[in-house]
Amino acid sequence: MNNTSPSFDPDSTFMYGLAAAVIVFVLAQSVFFLVRAVRRASVAGMNMSVVRKTIGSTALFTLAPAFSIMLGVVTLAKFLGLPLPWIRLSVIGAITYELPAATSTANALGISLSETVSDPSVFSAITWVMTLGILPSIILPPLLIKKIQTGIVQIKTKDSKWGDIFMTSLFMGMISAFSGMVFSHVREGLRGLLPVAVLAVSAAAMCVCGLLVKKVHAGWLENYAMPFSMIVGMVFASCAASAFGL
Amino acid sequence: MNYSEYQKVTHRWGQLWIWSAACIVLFVPVIICLKYNAWPQYESVLKGLLGVAPIYWTVGFIEVVTFTPMLGTAGTYLSFVTGNVSALKVPAALNAMESAEVKPGTEEGEIVSTIAIATASIVTTIIVALGVLLFAQLTPVINSPVLKPAFDNILPALFGGLGVVYISRNWKISIMPMAFMIVLFILVPSLGNSVGILVPAGIILALGASRIMYKKGWL
Repeated sequence: MNNTSPSFDPDSTFMYGLAAAVIVFVLAQSVFFLVRAVRRASVAGMNMSVVRKTIGSTALFTLAPAFSIMLGVVTLAKFLGLPLPWIRLSVIGAITYELPAATSTANALGISLSETVSDPSVFSAITWVMTLGILPSIILPPLLIKKIQTGIVQIKTKDSKWGDIFMTSLFMGMISAFSGMVFSHVREGLRGLLPVAVLAVSAAAMCVCGLLVKKVHAGWLENYAMPFSMIVGMVFASCAASAFGL
Repeated sequence: MNYSEYQKVTHRWGQLWIWSAACIVLFVPVIICLKYNAWPQYESVLKGLLGVAPIYWTVGFIEVVTFTPMLGTAGTYLSFVTGNVSALKVPAALNAMESAEVKPGTEEGEIVSTIAIATASIVTTIIVALGVLLFAQLTPVINSPVLKPAFDNILPALFGGLGVVYISRNWKISIMPMAFMIVLFILVPSLGNSVGILVPAGIILALGASRIMYKKGWL
């Protein structure tokens, strides 16, 4: 490996500059599609209050997962500095992939990730593995999207009712896999039952919101039911863990 | 511009943005190597890649095929650049379409899904950027043992709320995949780390059961 660089700081100004450039690109793309969709909503004659509510409720709904992503940045920053995890978790990545990628490279190089990487060759090797290991996620959508959409349109054109059921089945398949995963630790006792209890509490909170919307006509709650039920579930997790010493 | 033309233009912009993003993503390690004159050995990258690529390339393919119909056109181009697709972008799009009472695949569905995914991306980017700026001050709070169980349980909290809405409206379709997945994960807990691969299994089950019920006139 080339170790020609005398000093290397993963938190250097250069790395922060690189991260900032990538972040500006991601923000620009998001703002571009947001503005375009809002304009189209206006042209299509959609009620603009729906647009405002969608933005408000999604922003609120995103807060908790965004903090979780930030937690991932903090985890990776312990050995990769801040800028690289900032880049990786803002473009394509997720902590569930980035951490194994870094660990796999460290194992291949026979080094420990217990302290900040100071060898630029190790750092660049980890960066390459993180990048190449997840590349299909960004290469495949532009290659496959039209074929997939054409297939869906054909199904809907042939039988519109089955087309709707087909789409619902897609959603249910995903929801069932993620909900089922929550049960994967139930045999570990109380600690393993906590995620199931959180799932149940969050579902119950959503039901209460639904009842309030229907019975008390609290229409404003409809758009905020999802973030509300999520926060109730998370608060419950915190309280239950403290109460039972989990 | 009618909806069909709008979609064509969306594809053109989407392709431009996503290929630009792919170039930027690849430029990051190149620039780091050039700046620090630190090109890694081919073997070390290959060995590291062998530990993650077989699973994540498979998951990447599965995610693209399964989530594209749910995300819509602009939503797909945006989600696969900004990441966290299954744990944030898909639930955000589903929740927004459900609240706005619009269907995926329609013009309204496309608009609402795009707005939700773009908003989720912007909020996430801003919060993570704030976290980086306030790193020293926030680290003790983020690592607090009181908050840890809350962050560890984000997915159950998310899918509890989302699940109850979809199950209550489509309970017949939900029975087979839900029962199968719960039993499977209880019997084989180690699959908890491979949920991405099990999403298509859940979809195939849901589609198979739905098709039978549809043919029998139960749906």
